[in-house]
Amino acid sequence: MNANIVIIGAGISGTSIAYHLAAKGIKDIIVIDKDYLTNGATGRCGAGIRQQWATKMNCIMAKKSVEFYEKANQTLGYSHDIEFKQEGYLIVAVTPEEDAQFTKNVELQNYLGIKSRKITKEEAKKIVPHINTDMFISATFCPTDGHINPFKANDAFYQAAKRLGVTFYFHETVQSIQTDHHRIVGVTTDKRTFQTTKVINAAGGFAHEIGLMAGVDIPVYAEKHEILVTEPIEKIQGPMVMSFGKNLYCQQVPQGSFVMGRGTPDALHNHDITSSWEFLDEMAKTVVSFLPIIGELRVIRQWAGSYNMSPDRQPILGSVDECDGFYVACGFSGHGFMFAPITGLLLSEIIMNEPTTIDMAELCMNRFKNQKTIEVEKSVV
Amino acid sequence: MNKKNIIICRCEDVNLEQVHELLDQGYTTIEDIKRLLRIGMGPCQGKTCGLLLQQEISRYLKCKTEEVPLAKVRPLVTGVKLKAIVEGTK
Repeated sequence: MNANIVIIGAGISGTSIAYHLAAKGIKDIIVIDKDYLTNGATGRCGAGIRQQWATKMNCIMAKKSVEFYEKANQTLGYSHDIEFKQEGYLIVAVTPEEDAQFTKNVELQNYLGIKSRKITKEEAKKIVPHINTDMFISATFCPTDGHINPFKANDAFYQAAKRLGVTFYFHETVQSIQTDHHRIVGVTTDKRTFQTTKVINAAGGFAHEIGLMAGVDIPVYAEKHEILVTEPIEKIQGPMVMSFGKNLYCQQVPQGSFVMGRGTPDALHNHDITSSWEFLDEMAKTVVSFLPIIGELRVIRQWAGSYNMSPDRQPILGSVDECDGFYVACGFSGHGFMFAPITGLLLSEIIMNEPTTIDMAELCMNRFKNQKTIEVEKSVV
Repeated sequence: MNKKNIIICRCEDVNLEQVHELLDQGYTTIEDIKRLLRIGMGPCQGKTCGLLLQQEISRYLKCKTEEVPLAKVRPLVTGVKLKAIVEGTK
């Protein structure tokens, strides 16, 4: 079979890229996924949407993505609702270092047009009345951050892409990528072979393995992150509450449940996504110390997913020097869901040889060849 | 009986008509339908609706019930209060 472009992965990066390319009139786009729709990191994520970052690139990508998501139901012609709840992110500083860093972060964010602000503990308590103010020094708040339903958002991109003629193959695994003199010539799955000159690696946790199939060693790895959800109750909390220092994020989703997660220190670099009792213990202790009333809620389910980690915790996007026709959209380091709209737009611009909305110098894989300029994003759980 | 009045998932209040709408759109696995309708995501964790949904899918696809995979089983077995977990770690 012939294909103009083969996209590997139908998570939200892959579906957004497919949609943006198809919307520009590209035909014969194929998306391959090894399991059901939204089986990977997109459907396992914490569903948060935030613009409060410490690096300029992450701020810009997040802001552009929020602007897309605000109109996504209409833009994508979605008959359901992606459930964008914009009630903010409250990020607490737990050390003097964080307090100082957050002042700088807010300056950067405001300079880039993000309406975040530094607030006192008392102001934080007005926004989240059940927060334990003994646990932090100060906080930052951005009212336009929030929550989106990842299943619905991915479904919205998927349906819009399908309507524009994109073909999806689910439950089909890519087994090899064929190259000829460092040029892409085809992709073989467990069911068929596609002749193509362009492959986009949007494989999330498996991005490194897909890269190797094309002879490209992408500096990313998969790392397990765990998460849980409680029984639903009436609405008591608007914003996401987050702490980098204490390793916590927790928000009440529109359906009433609280979704919360934390990273596992020293997690192995592998594809393990099993749930652990250690996470349950640490998560319970952390969340109850910050939000004591949440202790009254029953945990009903826990799960895990893979972050695809890059060296500077910023995504790796675009073409690569090692192989012509091979494009990457990976290394999101836990933030691929909230950046999906700009990911799709940038990849479509690169593939169409259009000027890019954002300068790609700090996003392309080449940036790691000049190590001096690397600025590592610290605002990550 | 009106399909809207046949409740498949009590925890998340999902009816048979909603299930059939998704089946008609091509979402034919329990994992797909769970994610779009929240079937099986409530406090009972699919103990009731999982089997009902499996039967509906098998009828729709005209295959044997056991050929329709059930959703992945996730911990916990039953709801436990977060503060009880905190107490238990002391």
